[in-house]
Amino acid sequence: MSFINYASREINCKIVYYGPGLCGKTTNLQYIFNKTAEESKGKMISLATETERTLFFDFLPLALGDIRGFKTRFHLYTVPGQVFYDASRKLILKGVDGVVFVADSQEERLDANIESLENLKDNLDEQGFDIEKIPFVIQYNKRDLPNVTPLDELSRLLNERKVPELEASAMTGEGVFETLKAVAKLVLNDLKKGG
Amino acid sequence: MIGPQSSLVMYEEEYQQIVVLLEKLLQESNSKVIFLVDKNGQLIAASGETANLDTTSLASLTAGNIAATGGLAKLIGEKEFSILFHEGEKDNIHISIVGGRVILVVIFDERSSLGLVRLRVKKTSMELASVFEELAFRSEQESKSADSVSPFAEITDDDIDNLFN
Repeated sequence: MSFINYASREINCKIVYYGPGLCGKTTNLQYIFNKTAEESKGKMISLATETERTLFFDFLPLALGDIRGFKTRFHLYTVPGQVFYDASRKLILKGVDGVVFVADSQEERLDANIESLENLKDNLDEQGFDIEKIPFVIQYNKRDLPNVTPLDELSRLLNERKVPELEASAMTGEGVFETLKAVAKLVLNDLKKGG
Repeated sequence: MIGPQSSLVMYEEEYQQIVVLLEKLLQESNSKVIFLVDKNGQLIAASGETANLDTTSLASLTAGNIAATGGLAKLIGEKEFSILFHEGEKDNIHISIVGGRVILVVIFDERSSLGLVRLRVKKTSMELASVFEELAFRSEQESKSADSVSPFAEITDDDIDNLFN
């Protein structure tokens, strides 16, 4: 959970990007990394296989600026999307403050999205989180591709909780910062409530 | 002990106590760098030759490392592996869990030895654990006390929007 440091006047929060394999979690982080000013970001770490599939996690530390005299730092993580890396996915959810579910909008990935979302619910539950309460946003990625499922159908199938949902194309960067902002907002509002 | 899902709050007084303990350990163990990390990967404090080190990345990877070995431990029926040691050509890393929640990382070279580091870490761990006990007690008291107002209670949507401009 968040780390509030009165000594250095910093708030640190952890955000995890979750979703099926090849949905664009790492691409989200890469875009944020490329478009963020040097002084606001740390090194991006990717623990990936030789074929650039995430093996354990990607990590990107961001310093967003001050809020009420506290430096706000967000640590962004992605999980490995491939089904058989479930043990690793559980570990990365430890201490999470907010979750972004990246859905792959392509028709043929609809089942994979549903399966991954179920997996997220199970893993959050196992870590003691309440899926109904944790700051959560959904990003419908790859909207620029031709064979996508209509938005209302995706929303009906994936967004039962009616959390903020955003369209994106992580390759071109469309919707990427909007997604980050949406989840950051929920996390900070949670902090406000004394979460 | 601080629960795994509760926010970690650090106050000035406890932070100073921690820094003093880390400085002392640095001297007594003859090591290069020492840092303390939350199990979720947040850097709490660092001491020693940190100028050329990416401490944020080190903190995150250390926590990942502890989480992965913790997963391994559970698979073979252990609660956790409380000490990890990585040996390099020049530098070595000694990682241990303090008070169930924080991770103490000591980087040392040939000027020290594994035996010395282990010995000194053991003593410091107990002292650190008691500081974290106090910290947990204090943050619980503060959160219960009626007149304590979170500094974030007044955050507005505009404040949040400004972060992204």
